Amino acid sequence: MKKLVLSVAALALTAGLASAQTVRMGTEGAYPPYNFINDAGEVDGFERELGDELCARAELTCEWVTNEWDSIIPNLVSGNYDTIIAGMSITDERDEVIDFTQNYIPPAASAYVALSADVDLSGIIAAQTATIQAGHVAETGATLLEFPTPDETIAAVRNGEADAVLADKDFLVPIVNESGGELVFAGEDVPLGGGVGMGVRESDGELKGKFDAAIQSMKDDGTLNDMIKKWFGDEALVF
Amino acid sequence: MFSFCTDPDALEGVKWLSCYLTTGKHQSMYWAVGTVLLLLAITAPAALLFGFGGATAARSRFRPLAWFGKIYISIVRGVPDIAFFLFFVIALDQAFEWVRHQVKCPDWDQEIWQGNDFRVCPEAKLPLGNAAQWVHETYGFFLAVLTFAIVFGAFAANVLYGAMQAVPRAQIETAEAYGMTHRQSFWRILVPQMWVYALPGLSNLWMVLIKATPLLFLLGVEDIVYWARELGGSKTAQFTDYPHPDWRMWYFAALLVFYLAFTRVSEIVLDKIMRRLTKGQATMGGEKQRKAAA
Repeated sequence: MKKLVLSVAALALTAGLASAQTVRMGTEGAYPPYNFINDAGEVDGFERELGDELCARAELTCEWVTNEWDSIIPNLVSGNYDTIIAGMSITDERDEVIDFTQNYIPPAASAYVALSADVDLSGIIAAQTATIQAGHVAETGATLLEFPTPDETIAAVRNGEADAVLADKDFLVPIVNESGGELVFAGEDVPLGGGVGMGVRESDGELKGKFDAAIQSMKDDGTLNDMIKKWFGDEALVF
Repeated sequence: MFSFCTDPDALEGVKWLSCYLTTGKHQSMYWAVGTVLLLLAITAPAALLFGFGGATAARSRFRPLAWFGKIYISIVRGVPDIAFFLFFVIALDQAFEWVRHQVKCPDWDQEIWQGNDFRVCPEAKLPLGNAAQWVHETYGFFLAVLTFAIVFGAFAANVLYGAMQAVPRAQIETAEAYGMTHRQSFWRILVPQMWVYALPGLSNLWMVLIKATPLLFLLGVEDIVYWARELGGSKTAQFTDYPHPDWRMWYFAALLVFYLAFTRVSEIVLDKIMRRLTKGQATMGGEKQRKAAA
């Protein structure tokens, strides 16, 4: 009996060594086309496809988890997952807390969307909490109205609670196109942030290195540009 | 789900709706209803246990135990729920992992706290980094149960403490006159009689607990309110086969019906229990029942 227990334990131990550590990918799942939950209830979008490709290139086993945007950084540093891949722009404030890989989306424009093009952009502007757009609105002196999810910022413009919404242009384009003229872009595009990158723990240099290399290889062979065009349209900025 | 769901664009009316309401995403929401009910089913007795423990500790004649009970009740009752849920769960999770780290990796040479980062050795991770997703979810669920039990246990402890004090002194005196020990009079006289005084307070707690379940999402458990918000948000045709405008109102209306129905059923059940507990008690309610029967 004892022998049996021992051999089972030994087997379990070697099995544990053989299977590589799983890398848990944290995302929000509410920001199409970057990431969203599809009809089947799974994480889908540009970052899903990108992340799976990166994991394949870096020879990692990856698993997808969703987490609310508000607590996405605290849960990374406390180790509930290993990366943030959630359309997160690289900013100095975030860089103090976590590390970023090199960007996988070039610094892209943010844009205002409103019910009419000549809306006063120093009025009430909606933005998602703790985003670079929210920071920008606060700096321009307009009244900032924050929402926990991107979808609610759009709803606020539709029902008149806010005059306009400031968000990533890539997120807004499909919404404006499908609104049938109800929503339009207003004012100039605003360039913000240093592009979108993956967030990792500052102490996780090895993982950061692997993903950096994988992103670089996708940039070099052009697959990253193809993927950006596939999800964000032909006019999207590429590398 | 159904065979005719392959091309949702061509469908209309009831057929479209029956396809829409059975997508994988909607099924996740139906599962979430089960999660909430399961959470309540486990948390309620657990919180009652914590409450009973807290109340008996606070009444203890052994001073340090009484202090412990009173400190537990007053601290947990005083901290806002949302702060408790945001801070405490991460702290609890880290505490578990820290203990496992000390046991499993005694010769680990790196710091556990590196700046903001909390890093234990991979063997100490809870659950293990390569565990299946359902293991992570179950672990999160039980962290949630524990947190709810601690928070609501403190309130329940206060209710039970008050109820124990409310049992007429004459009852205990009689027990003592019969020669019962302290322990005997506690279990045979005090505990059976205190419930009738505790029930109104406990039923309040139950109602609050039902309504507090959306706090689950703060703990990373996807509950029905999360799914209602996610499913109800406007969807563009590019990313789904079932595009629709902002339907959150309908989803939240469904939640309203769910919660109202649930609390109504609870009220009916609690009324029944109250009637049962009042039977033969030296209270006004008990007297009324006796007269009605006579």
